[in-house]
Amino acid sequence: MSGLRVLVGCKRVIDYAVKIRVRPDSLGVVTDGVKHSMNPFDENAIEEAVRMKQKKVVKEIVVASCGPSQSQETIRTALAMGADRGIHVEVPAGTDANLQPLAVAKIFSKLVEKEKPDLVILGKQAIDDDANQTTQLLAGMLDWPQGTMASVVNASDGSLTITREIDGGLEDISVSLPAVISADLRLNEPRYATLPNIMKAKKKKIEKMTPDKLGVDITPRLKILNVVDPPVRQAGDKVPDVTTLVEKLKEKGHL
Amino acid sequence: MIPVRQCLKLTPLCSQIRHGSRMFPQLKRGSFNRITDEDVNLFAGIVGQNGIKTEELDHYNTDWLNTVSGFTELVVSPKSVEEVAAVLRHCNGRRLAVVPQGGNTGLVGGSNPVFDEIVLSLERLNNISHIDPYAGIVECEAGVILQNLSDKVGEHGYTVPLDLGARGSCFIGGNLATHAGGLRVVRYGQLRGSVLGMRVVLPDGQILDGRSNMRKDNTGYDIKQLFIGSEGTLGVITDVSLLLPQTPVSVNMALFGCDSFDDVIKCYRLSRQCLGEIVSACEFMDSLCMTSVNDILGLASPLEDSHPFYYLVETSGMNMDHDMEKLETCIEKVFESGCATDGVMATSKDQARHMMSLRENIAPALKAVGFNYKYDVSLPIQHMYSLVEKIRNKMRKTEGAFSVGYGHLGDNNLHLNIITPQYCTQALSLIEPFVYEEVSRLKGSISAEHGMGLKKANYLRYSKDPSMIAMMRSLKDVFDPNGIMNPYKLLPWND
Repeated sequence: MSGLRVLVGCKRVIDYAVKIRVRPDSLGVVTDGVKHSMNPFDENAIEEAVRMKQKKVVKEIVVASCGPSQSQETIRTALAMGADRGIHVEVPAGTDANLQPLAVAKIFSKLVEKEKPDLVILGKQAIDDDANQTTQLLAGMLDWPQGTMASVVNASDGSLTITREIDGGLEDISVSLPAVISADLRLNEPRYATLPNIMKAKKKKIEKMTPDKLGVDITPRLKILNVVDPPVRQAGDKVPDVTTLVEKLKEKGHL
Repeated sequence: MIPVRQCLKLTPLCSQIRHGSRMFPQLKRGSFNRITDEDVNLFAGIVGQNGIKTEELDHYNTDWLNTVSGFTELVVSPKSVEEVAAVLRHCNGRRLAVVPQGGNTGLVGGSNPVFDEIVLSLERLNNISHIDPYAGIVECEAGVILQNLSDKVGEHGYTVPLDLGARGSCFIGGNLATHAGGLRVVRYGQLRGSVLGMRVVLPDGQILDGRSNMRKDNTGYDIKQLFIGSEGTLGVITDVSLLLPQTPVSVNMALFGCDSFDDVIKCYRLSRQCLGEIVSACEFMDSLCMTSVNDILGLASPLEDSHPFYYLVETSGMNMDHDMEKLETCIEKVFESGCATDGVMATSKDQARHMMSLRENIAPALKAVGFNYKYDVSLPIQHMYSLVEKIRNKMRKTEGAFSVGYGHLGDNNLHLNIITPQYCTQALSLIEPFVYEEVSRLKGSISAEHGMGLKKANYLRYSKDPSMIAMMRSLKDVFDPNGIMNPYKLLPWND
């Protein structure tokens, strides 16, 4: 099997190593001047597509991202990792925080109509909303099979065998193509974007679009009411012996 | 090119502890008195029972590299400048030798006793008294761990102008006493330029109060500068005021693979031209260093192939877009000129941290392989690697030996390390005094940032004129007439 065309999605999120601060209006987190990078699960998605291309299973990788103008940097990173061309669906800065999985799935569904890929690979979830919904919604809209939380993907004639990470352990499934899969962290070790590739990536094409042009209504269906810090952890108590421990547990009503 | 992987034979972690005095058999104990129970009781009276330790002292007696160890029987840990003064006053009166000790991360055996000197630990002087968020100044005690200081000032948007691999253990007092260098000298300058004021206790117990928060103060001789880099031989630093730079908002890291050291120098020059004021670290390492951290610590190289040399450049600035523009220009120029054959840029904080960790873990990786002969020298940039090649050639017949070079390229500071499975005087005789002679011939410094300590004290003449050394001795006599303060260190005892 060769010559598959893959559409990969990636999202620009706050770098996972950054200390998050809640906005003074409690409706979100501070993003101004904060380091952003590609969503870690999306790195796994791109990496998998690139590996499949190196094995000659895939012939073209198109990477798409929905977000403000800076999302182009994320697309460039994907191009530097080995994607062939990019699509930037631009959403005005400020409204991007409310771009929800349903809207993204609708956008991708339109992109699939346009690009006609054989396979869509998305990251399992974005580390900002932790939604883990886009893959499933998209598969439903397209009526395609889905292989979510993939930690192993193998291609063979017209189908994929996927190992999924589930609560009970691992599940092996087989899906026919075309299909949508979501990448988990253990799927692969994403490569660094090498500098020669970063330079070559500048010459690769990024097509610009808007949700309007695709005929997608991205009005949020969910409204964020309140965002707060988790409660500060209280220091524990050290007790000298088991008797005291039992007393304390009884005192606090745990026994 | 050397067959890289063959040189790395993993030997079990060897404890190569050599008692400082046995490393130098001709070194005799000075005519100091010995501690008595009365002394111990008196110290307990000053610092409290919690401030006295007479058992389980290996951790104080031995250095981080496991290369020198003394025989102290007493560690005294005062918790205030008055206690430090009272302790020293007594030691001076009784002619008891004292070694001031911070985090004990020194690399030249300067912070450990050679014989039975009392260890004066600064660990309980760990208060950060005040941070001025407008002026960007911190006042703290000498026993504050560098990482803790960094975290605390970080809360106000400031960073300490000093960063080194030992940050989780070293004390700011020790950093000052040794005038530590580290990764960011290329950006923030030498540490002494950021010190606004200091309080020091002299060997006779006198408190020299030079505390100040003035950015500019030209009123008389700047005596605190004498104590910076004095390695605890002139007095004990107890408090400091430091000027702090802003915490950068955007930090980027790029790693280049180069075919020759000449290419590394070209890369360096181009990067400084393009990046200018946003450069915050310029480091290099050779292929054996990379292989060591890969194989021994399991840290993978971000580049697919192995290269003879690696150049790491970090940028820190206040605007991500501006910095990226400069970096992209730099990368284009580097590849256009062909001085690098491959490279990577960090696209997330995690990747940036990983790339820096490759450089920072060279020393721990080498420590695990065998006995390390470490040389930290300043050389004219074009000669930095030729010294490594000369040593490698000298050691070619020594079984299991290999030599590596890495360091702060931006400061012209080479870290030359030779590793042998065991400590071996024959290997040492091939290295010393050859290394020092070479450095001296090239008009470099035999100790760029590590200091003289015990290990290099006798080689001071290779980098300092006799008139300078004589003046140092005179100053030592002024501050410490009884010679109790960290004896056998810094100044030659046998040249």
